[in-house]
Amino acid sequence: MIRFFRTRQAALTPLLLLSPAILTMLFVVAIPVVFSFYTSLTPYRLTRPETIETFIGFRNYVRLFGDDKFWEAFARTILFLAIALNVEFLLGLGIALLINKVTWGQRTLRTIMMFPMMFSPILVGFQFKFIFNDNIGILNNALQSLGLTDQAIPWLVDGRLAMFSIIFAEVWMSTSVFAILLLAGLFAMPKDPLEAAKVDGCNPWQVFRHITLPFIMPFAFIAMTIRSLDVARAYDIVSVMTGGGPAGRTELLWTLISRVGYDNARMGQANAMAFISTLLSVAFTYYFFTKLVAARRYMGGAE
Amino acid sequence: MTREMKKNLRAAGLWFSTLILMVIICVPGLWVVLSAFRPNREILAKPPVWIPQELTLNNFAKIFGLGETQVAIPVLSYFWNSLVIATTSTLIALMIGMAGGYAFARFRFRYKNAWFLSLMLFRTVPGIALSLPVFMIWSRLGIIDTQMGLIIVYVSLNVPFTIWLIDGFFRQIPMSLSEAAQVDGCTRWQAFWKIEFPLARSGIAAAGVFAFLTSWNEFALASQLTRSTDSKTLPVGLMDFTAQFTIDWAGMCAMAVIIIVPALILTFLVQKHLIAGLTFGGVKG
Repeated sequence: MIRFFRTRQAALTPLLLLSPAILTMLFVVAIPVVFSFYTSLTPYRLTRPETIETFIGFRNYVRLFGDDKFWEAFARTILFLAIALNVEFLLGLGIALLINKVTWGQRTLRTIMMFPMMFSPILVGFQFKFIFNDNIGILNNALQSLGLTDQAIPWLVDGRLAMFSIIFAEVWMSTSVFAILLLAGLFAMPKDPLEAAKVDGCNPWQVFRHITLPFIMPFAFIAMTIRSLDVARAYDIVSVMTGGGPAGRTELLWTLISRVGYDNARMGQANAMAFISTLLSVAFTYYFFTKLVAARRYMGGAE
Repeated sequence: MTREMKKNLRAAGLWFSTLILMVIICVPGLWVVLSAFRPNREILAKPPVWIPQELTLNNFAKIFGLGETQVAIPVLSYFWNSLVIATTSTLIALMIGMAGGYAFARFRFRYKNAWFLSLMLFRTVPGIALSLPVFMIWSRLGIIDTQMGLIIVYVSLNVPFTIWLIDGFFRQIPMSLSEAAQVDGCTRWQAFWKIEFPLARSGIAAAGVFAFLTSWNEFALASQLTRSTDSKTLPVGLMDFTAQFTIDWAGMCAMAVIIIVPALILTFLVQKHLIAGLTFGGVKG
């Protein structure tokens, strides 16, 4: 009997310890998400509160499927993430390899490297709005002073350039996350295989390709997973820099949600979009997380 | 030239060129910091003034309402709100995260991986998407525009990542240590505080810094859940510098400095822990 009681208790302890975490997540995330899903099945408008009780089934979703603006924003979001994350990875890898090569004064360099990480995304948005400003921005001023161009380049006013500018801002903010984690990976790397490969006559590229890169891949996946937890922070940057403009040319899912929900007060429709964007984020994180688990297992780390 | 000297020269050259690259990366941020100390007319000058002719603290004086031209913005209450909200939510998230991380690191239980993954997936809900239902529910509960309203949200934003990092750290500590303490007569509770907690300190510190920075810098949710000086945080306060068609760049840059400095100090203080925390917590976990 006592034994039975003990094992019961042992099974309960972890759940007891986890219960505060589970309760907060239920209260602040799970219940709101369910509520959000319910609202997406109504024509709820902030200006007419009674509309929350009208049930219209999946009409909001059906409308989304025929909505070109929504699909454009959806595709643009994926394009934005694909370009930004790949560039961040490559630049981060380059910086990490470079700093790893430095034999002294490494700490100073590392500290400087972490500088952009501390910036609030909203601040990054304003910062680049300031820098890309076509009239007083440092970039146009520099280009004009150097005589490379005599007219103001409309960085945030032209559709293509604006897209480039927001990706630039996002890359500036997040590259150091990759650099730090990849650098940590390089630090953790055993030196013997590198020496052995050199003795065997591998050239630097071969060493990098077949020894270094496979070893730091798990670190890259961690960086991807960590980044995918908060990619939506790009909303702050975009909403400040372009607000989705010009003429919707930089509209991402997140700015679209905010416009429909708060500016147009169409909460039901906005919640339908929000639900789809949540599914997108979940799929994204899940993908990198499984890759991470696989990479860990490959490394023989503890399960 | 000896071989030794050549080697040293090459190392110095590498360091120097990397330093220059790092500084170039930092230029956009540094430009904002520099502009915070320049008068508006120099910022707006055409042709541009490259070498600052005068440096001034006027921009700071102005936003605190001290100068002749008063653009008083309630920076002090924003700062206070940010500090209270970020600190409280970090402490609560750390407590919840320590309990949760300990559970994941030290116990076997059913559906453990599924619990872990679902906690992580909760974190992925985009802030702006989450803000819609939270806004509706919070207004019914009457906690819109209160510090508590934001604290609750930020705790839940920080719990998953905190658990992830702390879990990884507890796993690094051999179980035998706490078992030995228990054989010597400690309760599990005492063993935790005397043995495991001190050993996992750097992981907990790293998790704390990340939680603090997330709360300190968050905008999407705060912009919808706050209304007045009762709860507006610094990032939301940045919006005060924008008017319909113009932006007060000098004031904005000064405000930017006010936001960055605390984050900078905190990060540099625990820099060492940060890197260790991310590596151990993430990889070996």
